[in-house]
Amino acid sequence: MGRKAKFDETKKVKKGPGRKAKKQPDPVFKKELLADDKEDKKLSHRQKQRAARRLKKKKELTEKRKALKEAKKKPEKDTEEAVSALDDETPQGFTDDNKEWLKPKKKGLGKLKEIEAHSDESDDEGLGEDENDASSKDDDDSEQEFKDTKKSSKENYKVGTLDDLFNDTDDEQDETLDNEETGDSNKSYNSDSSDDSDNSKDDEDEDMLPIEKANVKLKQKQKLDKKLADEEMQLNIAKQDVFAFPSEEELQNPTSLQDVHQRVKDIVSVLNDFNRLKEEGRSRCEYTELLLKDLCLYYSYNEFLMEVLMQIFPVQELIEFLEASEVSRPITIRTNSLKTRRRDLAQALINRGVNLDPVGKWSKVGLVVYSSTVPVGATPEYLAGHYILQGASSFLPVMALAPQENERILDMCAAPGGKASHIAAIMKNTGSLFANDANKERTKAIVGNFHRLGVVNAIICNYDGRQFPDVIKGFDRVLLDAPCTGTGVIAKDPSVKTTKDQKDIQRCFNLQRQLLLAAIDCCNAKSSTGGYIVYSTCSILPEENEWVVNYALKRRNVKLVPTGLDFGTEGFQKYRHHRFHPSLKLTRRFYPHTHNMDGFFVAKLKKFSNVIPEPFKDEDDEEAGQENENSESKEAEQNGDDPEDQKKTLQTGVKRTAKPNTSQPKEKKQKTDDSTQPTTNGNAESKNNQKTKKQKNKRKNKKGQKNEGQGNQTKQEDKTIEETKQTIKQNTQQDPKTIGKAKIEKSNEEKVQTKSVVVDKANENTQPNGGISSGSPKKKNKKKNKNKNKTNVQDQINKNANKITDNIEISAAKKLKNNNKKQKQIGQLNNKKDKPTVETTKQNTQQDIETKGKAKIEITNKEKVQTKPVGVDKVNGNINKPNILPSNESSGMSPKKNNKKKNKNKNNTNTNIQNPINKNENKITDKLEIAAAKKLKNNNKKQKQIGKLNSKKGGKEGIKKNLNKTKAKG
Amino acid sequence: MKILSEDRTRLLFEKLTKYIGVNVKLLIDRPDGTYCFREKKDRVYYISERLLQLAHTVKPDHLISAGTCFGKFTKTNKFRLHITALTYIAPYAPYKLWVKPSSEQQFLYGHHVIKSGLGRITENTPKNQGVVILTMSDIPIGFGVTSRSTTDCRHADPLATIAFHQADIGEYIRSEDTLV
Repeated sequence: MGRKAKFDETKKVKKGPGRKAKKQPDPVFKKELLADDKEDKKLSHRQKQRAARRLKKKKELTEKRKALKEAKKKPEKDTEEAVSALDDETPQGFTDDNKEWLKPKKKGLGKLKEIEAHSDESDDEGLGEDENDASSKDDDDSEQEFKDTKKSSKENYKVGTLDDLFNDTDDEQDETLDNEETGDSNKSYNSDSSDDSDNSKDDEDEDMLPIEKANVKLKQKQKLDKKLADEEMQLNIAKQDVFAFPSEEELQNPTSLQDVHQRVKDIVSVLNDFNRLKEEGRSRCEYTELLLKDLCLYYSYNEFLMEVLMQIFPVQELIEFLEASEVSRPITIRTNSLKTRRRDLAQALINRGVNLDPVGKWSKVGLVVYSSTVPVGATPEYLAGHYILQGASSFLPVMALAPQENERILDMCAAPGGKASHIAAIMKNTGSLFANDANKERTKAIVGNFHRLGVVNAIICNYDGRQFPDVIKGFDRVLLDAPCTGTGVIAKDPSVKTTKDQKDIQRCFNLQRQLLLAAIDCCNAKSSTGGYIVYSTCSILPEENEWVVNYALKRRNVKLVPTGLDFGTEGFQKYRHHRFHPSLKLTRRFYPHTHNMDGFFVAKLKKFSNVIPEPFKDEDDEEAGQENENSESKEAEQNGDDPEDQKKTLQTGVKRTAKPNTSQPKEKKQKTDDSTQPTTNGNAESKNNQKTKKQKNKRKNKKGQKNEGQGNQTKQEDKTIEETKQTIKQNTQQDPKTIGKAKIEKSNEEKVQTKSVVVDKANENTQPNGGISSGSPKKKNKKKNKNKNKTNVQDQINKNANKITDNIEISAAKKLKNNNKKQKQIGQLNNKKDKPTVETTKQNTQQDIETKGKAKIEITNKEKVQTKPVGVDKVNGNINKPNILPSNESSGMSPKKNNKKKNKNKNNTNTNIQNPINKNENKITDKLEIAAAKKLKNNNKKQKQIGKLNSKKGGKEGIKKNLNKTKAKG
Repeated sequence: MKILSEDRTRLLFEKLTKYIGVNVKLLIDRPDGTYCFREKKDRVYYISERLLQLAHTVKPDHLISAGTCFGKFTKTNKFRLHITALTYIAPYAPYKLWVKPSSEQQFLYGHHVIKSGLGRITENTPKNQGVVILTMSDIPIGFGVTSRSTTDCRHADPLATIAFHQADIGEYIRSEDTLV
């Protein structure tokens, strides 16, 4: 309490106006108390005289001493000692040598007396008793004498006793004491009244005054100290230079927080100059990871939040932020301009013993409370509503909102009413103010504060902010201080450090987005004075700030305008992978470490049209959805509190499932590349396929690879052909029945290879068809089915068709038409899958096949059927599924059916099994080529049937029958 | 938000007259628009008509408060003035009572005003008159009812009660939940 002395000259205390607010002048100190400024004083006339006399005396004294010494040189040391003992009796200082054998108690006594003498400003006590008369004379001017260090040569000398010598030395002692005060130690530099005691340095010191000797010693000591300090410094520097990356054990057994803190400092210094300071073989990643862990440990954050913070701030700033978040901000109060003025309030509070200052030039109502003898939240002024306790950062959104008189304003999340009452105060209780809060309990705080502060133009209501547009619209200005994770106010609520994770942030920003859209909807763009929305949070995470504003910019007819706050840092335009609208630089961020207020974000939007644009999906939305999905899809039930959230995840889920389709072939390609190495066999392949599929299931966020994927399809076919070779080889080994035919196939292999080149080209031609068929799965995917395998199947069906077409191309150009027709049919079948009628048509076609199949499926079918089980066997070896059933399912694949079955495993097997089927078809086509051009027609028909079979539910049975037939024939 | 019944209006104005006398009509006839008293859940709100129109858009269940709450009707159908009405009562009150700084805190904790804490009192204050209680620096801190007239106060015992406590601004902290 009370006034502070102006110790620091840089701080200038402003002169305040008013009776009581007028600052007291700075306290005046007696000059003696101020240790410095002794040199440059002008000496008074008498002082000068005295100084001159002193000098004269000194000269005399030295002469005397010399004489004495010469006289004493002959006697031995014992006499010297006697002299020093004499010194001892008169309590004066001692030389170093004396100190060794002198008793400390006496020494202490002597010292004490000296100090007394010094502080009492009467040197009498320290002097011999016989000088009292002399000193009494000097009492008058003793004060003046003590102002300078040379004070104490006095009229004492006039007495002319033997004690003169000692008097003098005593005076000198005072000087040395002064020196010592400024120096480091005052123990060893007591002046030696007996110069003789200094035996060793006798010769040099002969003509030196004691004080000079002391000075020499002091200098030596200082030199030594400095040297030591330098060495120590060097050691430190050396230590710092080689920051050793801690070993595993060190990491696991942290010794103390100090060590961790030191390590944090070290890492920061290393990271700041990484190229020079890094340890060989260590990457920046390792350092940052270590830093992350250490920071988590030292500041007790959870890793997630620390990671996020590390993404926002550079390392040095991060440390500052964390440090600043540990310290609470100064208490600030806002003057209620409805009831009083800041000047009056400050005066009243100063009278109550509160130490305060204006908060800054930017606010006319804020006061910072440094200290207080009374509780600031319970003074009569507080209760009378003259002020409210409010963080400095909470002024900002209202200042940005800039309410005008007679406007209609909404504060959407008002509790406890600090900002809302600020708005009312700026409006001077005119117009109307809606203060809304979703929490009914907290609305009581609004009621209390409003009545206390004398706000009479307010309506306090309790709605969910998202519903507010249904209640009333057409506000001139809307303030949305959205609920947030509170990462800017960690000092206020340290639980944020450990409790927040990705999910909390998602919940927050989803709510914030909805609230912001609602706030924008409540605002009236045609308002003559307003049409402004201010969005603010006490969080510093871009997810809750820039991203939310960016979201609103896309969905409503609003634009960002300058906030009108001339300080604060600009909002982010890009953050990690996000690229926000460039106008987001108009928003303002406030940090605890740079602005000494809570972390805060303020954005001011101007609504330029009341029309709500058509809702559309964009990347922003997707990303949100994806992130939602990443963590929430598993916890959808947990997160079910927000129905819209779920909806979002579902929608995005729909989108997402379509994408991996396209990216899938690429993956497959990579995997199959591996599998085509000579050592691999069919089993390995199928394993690989499985793996790839599993990976695909996991990978959900790949996008924009449609084109690539289609391009890859052709490449993939090369591989399927190669696969066929391998399976054929295996077939020959394992299935004795097919040996004969396999040989033929082997001979065909080369042909197939040569053809495959053409196949690529052909596929390019036939892609439109593929496009049609691949387009259909997207529709089906909407059936909440995450199985993408059905689309794989369809892709493969397309491929089959492609292969078929290729073969036919080679055989005859004429037959291309037929081929296209088939493809169309296949495509149509695929397209039809949604329709209920498809099943009936399929049944019809199935019957056709059964009837026609007998006639037309001849030799080729045999082979097909014979080879098929082998391939399937291999696959099943991995999957533990019944042999024929899945194969039939896949051959008679109807995606719809699969969709209904939400069994992923089955689908996996299906797709795996498809490969052999493809191979079979290849074989079939090859054989057909070999057989005759005539049979091509048949072949086409068969292929048609195959296509139909593929699209059929009941294909299973058809193939079974075929099997039976072929066996019987065989 | 419904209009007060005749009976209740009378009760309300009787009570208000106790504190602000004839100034009651200043509450009704205001230059800045018409103001009216409305009742919601037995609470009486003093609100401008313009604001009242807007308040009607809010469903009664969701409306917490509008304008200024003056007080409430008790179950026995008496009107009790709340501290929240102080904003309007203090400027119009003809009879005032100032308390010394030393007894400010006492009053803010809900105690009566005793003679020793009495700093100043309006002259000619009759007995049982509603008074607004202020600090010596003219901050209204509540209201009460005198137990003695001004003249009696002069001869009163130092510990004798001068004014009975009715409401004080300490309630904003003490009973925020039940304020309205």
